[in-house]
Amino acid sequence: MVRFVGILVGLLFVLVLLVAALAPREASVPDPTLAHFQHPHQESWKQDGPLGLGIFGTFDRAQLQRGYQVYKEVCAACHSLRLISFRNLEEIGFSEPQVKALAKAAAVPSIDSRTGEPTTRPGVPSDRLPSPYPNEVAAAAANNNAIPPDLSLIIKARHDGQNYVHSLLTGYGLKVPADVEVPQGLHYNPYFASLNIAMAKPLNDEQVTYADGTPATVDQMSRDVVAFLHWAAEPELERRKQAGVATILFLAILAFLSFLAYRKVWAGVQH
Amino acid sequence: MSFPWAKEYKPEHPFMQWMDSRLPLPRLVYNSVGPGYLVPRNINYWYNFGILAGVALLVQIITGIVAAMHYSGHVLTAFDSVEHLMRDVNSGWLIRYLHMNGASFFFIVVYIHIFRGLYYGSYKAPREVVWLLGVVIFLLMMATAFMGYVLPWGQMSFWGAQVITSLFSAIPLVGEAIRTWLVGGFAPDNATLTRFFALHYILPFVILGVVILKIWSLHIPGSTNPTGVDVKGPQDTLPFHPYFTAKDGFYVILYLIVFAAFVFFMPNALGHPDNYIPANALSTPAHIVPEWYFWPFYAILRAFTIDFILPAKLWGVIAMFASIILLFFLPWLDSSRVKSTSYRPLYRIWFWVLVVDVLILGWMGGAPAEEPYVRISQIASAYYFAHFLIILPILSMVEKPLPLPNSIAESVLAKHGGTTETTRTGAAGQVPAAAE
Amino acid sequence: MAIQTEGLSPQSDGVTEDGVRRRDFIYVGTVSFAAVGAAALAWPFINQMNPSADVRAMASIEVDLSSIQPGQAIKTIWQSKPVFVRNLTQVEIDEANAVDVAALRDPETLNERTQETHHNWLVTLGVCTHLGCVPLGAGEGENKGDYGGYFCPCHGSHYDTAGRIRKGPAPTNLEVPAYTFKSPTLIEIG
Repeated sequence: MVRFVGILVGLLFVLVLLVAALAPREASVPDPTLAHFQHPHQESWKQDGPLGLGIFGTFDRAQLQRGYQVYKEVCAACHSLRLISFRNLEEIGFSEPQVKALAKAAAVPSIDSRTGEPTTRPGVPSDRLPSPYPNEVAAAAANNNAIPPDLSLIIKARHDGQNYVHSLLTGYGLKVPADVEVPQGLHYNPYFASLNIAMAKPLNDEQVTYADGTPATVDQMSRDVVAFLHWAAEPELERRKQAGVATILFLAILAFLSFLAYRKVWAGVQH
Repeated sequence: MSFPWAKEYKPEHPFMQWMDSRLPLPRLVYNSVGPGYLVPRNINYWYNFGILAGVALLVQIITGIVAAMHYSGHVLTAFDSVEHLMRDVNSGWLIRYLHMNGASFFFIVVYIHIFRGLYYGSYKAPREVVWLLGVVIFLLMMATAFMGYVLPWGQMSFWGAQVITSLFSAIPLVGEAIRTWLVGGFAPDNATLTRFFALHYILPFVILGVVILKIWSLHIPGSTNPTGVDVKGPQDTLPFHPYFTAKDGFYVILYLIVFAAFVFFMPNALGHPDNYIPANALSTPAHIVPEWYFWPFYAILRAFTIDFILPAKLWGVIAMFASIILLFFLPWLDSSRVKSTSYRPLYRIWFWVLVVDVLILGWMGGAPAEEPYVRISQIASAYYFAHFLIILPILSMVEKPLPLPNSIAESVLAKHGGTTETTRTGAAGQVPAAAE
Repeated sequence: MAIQTEGLSPQSDGVTEDGVRRRDFIYVGTVSFAAVGAAALAWPFINQMNPSADVRAMASIEVDLSSIQPGQAIKTIWQSKPVFVRNLTQVEIDEANAVDVAALRDPETLNERTQETHHNWLVTLGVCTHLGCVPLGAGEGENKGDYGGYFCPCHGSHYDTAGRIRKGPAPTNLEVPAYTFKSPTLIEIG
């Protein structure tokens, strides 16, 4: 009985599916301009470790500090980094007094203790990095109705994040193909999914003066800020990989021991 | 309640005698995972995946309870609470990644475990209830995982909840009312999130209860084995302890190595980047996809594109649920007396076609809803239903199976060259023990 | 040729001459190694309940004293507890010093409860030592009790201008947390 009903039900599903499979499709014409989309070019990143395997690898603290400088002087005008607190900056090589000074120089939102009006106050290390805009409405209003995304997780929030952001930042100024229309207020960038991005070219050579004297080319600044943003998205990266190496080593030894124990238990037993 | 030649629990230590006479827990342990429980000696490593599923469940429960200590189940704070766990809580990143990848690994292990059951006929009499309980566990797992994925309240959390809850509106007449009731509002919002948190927390313990029932019902007849031939005597079995505790221990370590490789070195490989973007009801992601372990069913859902008496969307919903519900009927769809596919040469071909088909369905589920993926999904879905509902029942009735070995012991001896071939050396260079 | 069914347990294999079950070494070794791993794994799960980094960052706070006039006090929060920072007037200081310390329930001088050259700054927790209510007296116009310090409305404990218990059920003086002067107008508590 079950089989009989089952066969009927099966035939029904198969019928409906095969009819759907054989039905003609209306010709869908994919947007030809999307052929211009480019996948991010693959770079090597220090934190990916040797051979880019992602097994070992540490951040370059000097690069992270340069990247922070790029963020602060260029990106922070429009992009928040709200998941990072000033105290986290000690991890990228700033000392405690330096962190206190950086925090104090920043204006974080506060309430006037006498009138209750919104105001700002100097930051302390436990404060989060302040946003450039008080809310999303203000952010959109100041940016042609496009809200600049928060950058705390951008590297994890995009496929192949490091390479994507770097390609995007260095992908401006390319020749616009004849069949691509660039709407008013947008900018052509083939690394962006819809080819036209609301953000104007953010980086120009010599825009930032690095304290350590590294030449501030667009490529260099882009790499540095990508490394910094990677740290911002994954501050635990180095600890995680070290713990991983130790764990796998331990488990490998334990696997060997338990294998020997297993074989000893089963010695001479046919199975 | 194992076989008659099983060793009996005879506590020697006075404390154990005292304990056992008051609460026979030591006896229970002895008889279920100790020397008192007998297992066919020839079960291979495919039979380890049940234990691995148990380990995976334990990992999820422990990491889940700990993660819940730091989670905040409100739409305004959920996303940030997960980031708080990742960044500020001591070893919080480890707890989060263990829980996140643990869910994926739970499904990997359970899928392999299900396919082992399909291949070796583990669902056949007298173990039908073991199988049914397993399908119940699978459904509970899917509900739990779906709700768990909503909790971080990222873009995929929100839009996945939106898509899946809107499926219920496909039900005629009462669908929209059911959907509104499930969601607690017009679209997934705080009411949805808080109830999903409550249910996500409790369901794993329901799963644990069903797992206990499943082990209990399995231990009545005992495990199947790769030949599908019943246990006949002491030469067919070995006590669970120490043989299978040792074997399971080794395979658990191997499992942990693969698990650790993902947790520590590629923790986001099985996830979707969009879930690191806070939920935004005004911005739909380019491609909404559920987590990978739902992809085969997602492919079946999206494969129904034409109206045929019923609207296409309703077909999709019915077929998606049917694809799992039909598993309940498997013991009665398959009427072959022979359990193990090793002795069903015709069916074996179709079994492997099913494996490939399910892999294709999985691939399609993660692909965009465009050609040629839609057409491939339709053919692959057609095969899936044809396999279980047409091919399997008919073949089970007409196929002539290969001759079975007379006993497990006989097949083991045959494997070890009891007659001609070169002598197989056993463990550590030993020759198998000679006969008495 | 049959399959051996008797005497199958590895432990029943013969022991060596020196009486040590050499065969058991690998079992003991494996289980011990696994136990070490389990302990190492247990630690993060225990430690995650310890204060997280953002809570530890709030372990100490800085309080700016410049806007607190003599006779005024402010309330703030430190480690989730209320703190009163009070700028004592000379009259209040004299009142506190005039008290017979030996007759106090919890004998302490004002000098012991304040810091050198800053005896006008009284920093105490705002937690009544009876059962934990927040006493009145720090805010403008609040009831300072019979001794001009703080008054706890819950069960009627009165504290004086040095924050010492004078009347009521509280057993000890208001607790003075550890703090340091970073500058004449800036203290760090904790």
